[in-house]
Amino acid sequence: MKIVVIGNGMVGYKFCEKMLTKSAKAPVELVVFGEEPRPAYDRVHLTSWFEHNTADLLLATTEWYEQQGIRLHLADPVVAIDREQRTVRSHSGITETYDYLVLATGSAAFVPPIPGVEKKGVFLYRTIEDLEMMKAYAPHARSGAVIGGGLLGLEAAKALLDLGITNIHVVEFAPRLMPRQIDDKGSLLLQEKLGQLGLKVLTSKNTKKITGEESVNGLQFTDDTFLKTDMLVISAGIKPRDELAIAAGLPTGPRGGIVVNEQLQTADPFIYAIGECALYQNMIYGLVAPGYEMAEVVAAHLCGEMKAFTGFDMSTRLKLIGVEVASFGDPFSPAGDCHSIVFEDRLKGVYKRIDITPDGQQLLGGILIGEASAYNMLLQTVKNKLALPADPASLLVPPAKDGASTGAGVDGLPDEALICSCESVSKGAIGEAVMAGHESFDDIKKCTKAGTCCGGCAPMVKDIITATLKSQGKYIRSVICEHFAYSRQEMLDIIRINSLRSFDEVLDHCGHGEGCEVCKPVVASILASLWNDMILAQGNDTAQDSNDRYLANIQKGGTYSVVPRIPGGEITPEKLITIGMVAQKYHLYTKITGGQRIDLFGAHLSDLPLIWKELIDAGFESGHAYGKALRTVKSCVGSTWCRFGLHDSVSYAIRIEERYRGLRAPHKIKSAVSGCIRECAEAQSKDFGIIATEKGWNLYVCGNGGSKPQHAVLLAADLDSETCIRYIDRFLMFYIKTADPLTRTATWLNKLDGGIDYLRNVVVHDSLGIGAQLEGEMQLLVDSYKCEWKEVVENSELRKRFSHFVNSPEEKDPTVKFETLRNQKKAAEWK
Amino acid sequence: MSISPTTIHWFLACKASDVPSNGGVCVKYGEEQIALFYFARKDQWYATQNLCPHRKQMALSRGMTGTVKDEPKVACPFHKKTFSLIDGRCLSDEAECSLSVYPVKVVDGQVYIGVNEETAMVAV
Repeated sequence: MKIVVIGNGMVGYKFCEKMLTKSAKAPVELVVFGEEPRPAYDRVHLTSWFEHNTADLLLATTEWYEQQGIRLHLADPVVAIDREQRTVRSHSGITETYDYLVLATGSAAFVPPIPGVEKKGVFLYRTIEDLEMMKAYAPHARSGAVIGGGLLGLEAAKALLDLGITNIHVVEFAPRLMPRQIDDKGSLLLQEKLGQLGLKVLTSKNTKKITGEESVNGLQFTDDTFLKTDMLVISAGIKPRDELAIAAGLPTGPRGGIVVNEQLQTADPFIYAIGECALYQNMIYGLVAPGYEMAEVVAAHLCGEMKAFTGFDMSTRLKLIGVEVASFGDPFSPAGDCHSIVFEDRLKGVYKRIDITPDGQQLLGGILIGEASAYNMLLQTVKNKLALPADPASLLVPPAKDGASTGAGVDGLPDEALICSCESVSKGAIGEAVMAGHESFDDIKKCTKAGTCCGGCAPMVKDIITATLKSQGKYIRSVICEHFAYSRQEMLDIIRINSLRSFDEVLDHCGHGEGCEVCKPVVASILASLWNDMILAQGNDTAQDSNDRYLANIQKGGTYSVVPRIPGGEITPEKLITIGMVAQKYHLYTKITGGQRIDLFGAHLSDLPLIWKELIDAGFESGHAYGKALRTVKSCVGSTWCRFGLHDSVSYAIRIEERYRGLRAPHKIKSAVSGCIRECAEAQSKDFGIIATEKGWNLYVCGNGGSKPQHAVLLAADLDSETCIRYIDRFLMFYIKTADPLTRTATWLNKLDGGIDYLRNVVVHDSLGIGAQLEGEMQLLVDSYKCEWKEVVENSELRKRFSHFVNSPEEKDPTVKFETLRNQKKAAEWK
Repeated sequence: MSISPTTIHWFLACKASDVPSNGGVCVKYGEEQIALFYFARKDQWYATQNLCPHRKQMALSRGMTGTVKDEPKVACPFHKKTFSLIDGRCLSDEAECSLSVYPVKVVDGQVYIGVNEETAMVAV
């Protein structure tokens, strides 16, 4: 059997892949013609081209086609089909016969007939070439506009943002954005969110003409308004590429698209059409998942399997410029046929609407904007007609902090439930693969392909893996690495009970091999949390993570930064002068950190002990900026100066910082103390934060800044200073003993069964009866604290380790280069 | 880079006791920098170029050593790319360049690293 495929887009590629899998027994000859100069690439993630490059977007390399025995003709479009002879002829003159022909010609951007579209600076948004042209033009443009406020239009606007254009307008003909997916209220909220990112939206605007001499300079609308713009992207919809089919006499729809039946056959049974060029029951399916399904049906049909395409769910979930947008089922049921439940939180920018049948039994569809974590579960509820809970509004309430909302639901799904719609993988298929021994997400991705396309189903796939393993009675735990088959918590118990004090002892006792960069720092951290021995003690020095090993933070170029501790951010003028003099002497770049201290960059390895000698002589000690340890306790100035201050937040912050300095933990720990509810120290963004009240202190825990900001939650209110410290002792020690490696307190709490209520019970109500033990263990660490740098400075053996060349200890690394910026040095840019 | 035994030139790097157990040091050889590692548990020595090919940083000697399925490796302190100490190939990213590796021998507590003679002439 010889099959010719016209078109090498995502769907054309998927067809080849499916055909190869299905025809393993009876080999087929595959010939592919593609118009673009490169093999199929991931058009869905086109905007990521700016961050990555073409190679990352490619679905397969030309070598792949060769290895599979597929003849691939790139940059060579087919120009004619001869249905009688069953041949196709390409632009370059190649003629190929076929037994079956598959048209996967896709679509082109629809260009509305607006005068001026030919001007310079007007672009389409469809191919990598379009992006290349936009990139070349963007440096000349300060403002940009996009015609079309649909899904692709907003992606195009994101592309303009990525190109560095700041003044961007999205122009939509309809009264709202994404008119096919979301409603007016949803659109308003989306517009607000986009506005915060600098994208302005104009709706109900009909463009009369594109103005400008040779290059575009603006848009004239039919309501006689005008928008100035230096650059324009048109993304007003798609137009199926059906010209070949029309020339070959195949029937097409009135607005384009090659008419196909349930088998995706055109009027000619030897010719199929799939993807965005195919018109099934007057519908063009402009998403990748239905295109893949069509590829599957044709491949199956050609291999003699019974399979039919009967339409496809157009539910979609995506992140538009950082805003989650999803619509599922039928989001536009007529008002008489359903009841709507709406949840709106303008403050957080969340809008959700679900439509349920009037009897309240079934979910019809809905829209989620700003927060869409319930999407998978809601979609499955619609698709599988699952019964709704007694109070359907509970489906819309933001998920509980433990993130278990989707996890609790997978058990209720039937085996047929389609989990990965891109690759059409069902819950049953994932479950079977898990039982066959593919127990990790990576394995499941490899053997079922679930989660490999858009990735939207990944959380649900993981939940199904976990649920299946649990149903088999398997104990699920995260082991550290190939060298230790234990979780961090188990390792801590083993090390404590057996009084193991070095990495080698631990490895001998319960490990295999030599260890690695994953387990060594974990063990080193546990040893430090339990015994508080000097971390560079013989045998444990090389088990430390590389920053801990040199007690400094490695920076670009291989030099280090130095952060002396400045408890509570309070410093005397004399100490400030010392820092300045040291920085001057050793030519260090100085910067105030976010944690109210001073960071000194650009220190050569061999200078570190000299720098610290001077700092220690002036009364400084290590700031542990290099360790998974307590960093800073930030403070506001508090009642000593501030007219609003309730208590002396600086003194309390210093007391706390000095209590927990040097404390090793699964991850870094940050803290802050605010002297009143104005919260100038931002304590609620810290691992533990304290805010003064009229009656004492409020203690907040498990907050985080960083990439996933999370507010700390109130653990206990109106505490006196001593009780507050006891609770912090218990909280920190409990965290140290139970958290997974490299897990900040916020993530730890999110995963903790029972969440904050459980934590409060353990810490405040001592429900486990370990309060005194935790406090005792913490006191031991507090009492055995020593400044690591002081020990190094005073120990010539340890100092020896701080040289770049073992055979030329005085010499600094000659490859280190600096540049100058604003009268200070900076590391030379790396390649 | 592979070194054929006929053209090997051994130079004295340092004393064995200068190298921390299960860790590395950087050895200066003319203009070159060579990372030298000692796996104390098996009494094995390895040497590679000190330059991490990923971001061109002189850093591998400060990396953490370990094994993957018994193959010795080192992780660069910058981005934790790992490299085999047997043949220098990058273990975390197939597309990444591999390291030059050098033979090591210890005689009377002195560590020698083998380089081929052309390198030796350029370097000295």
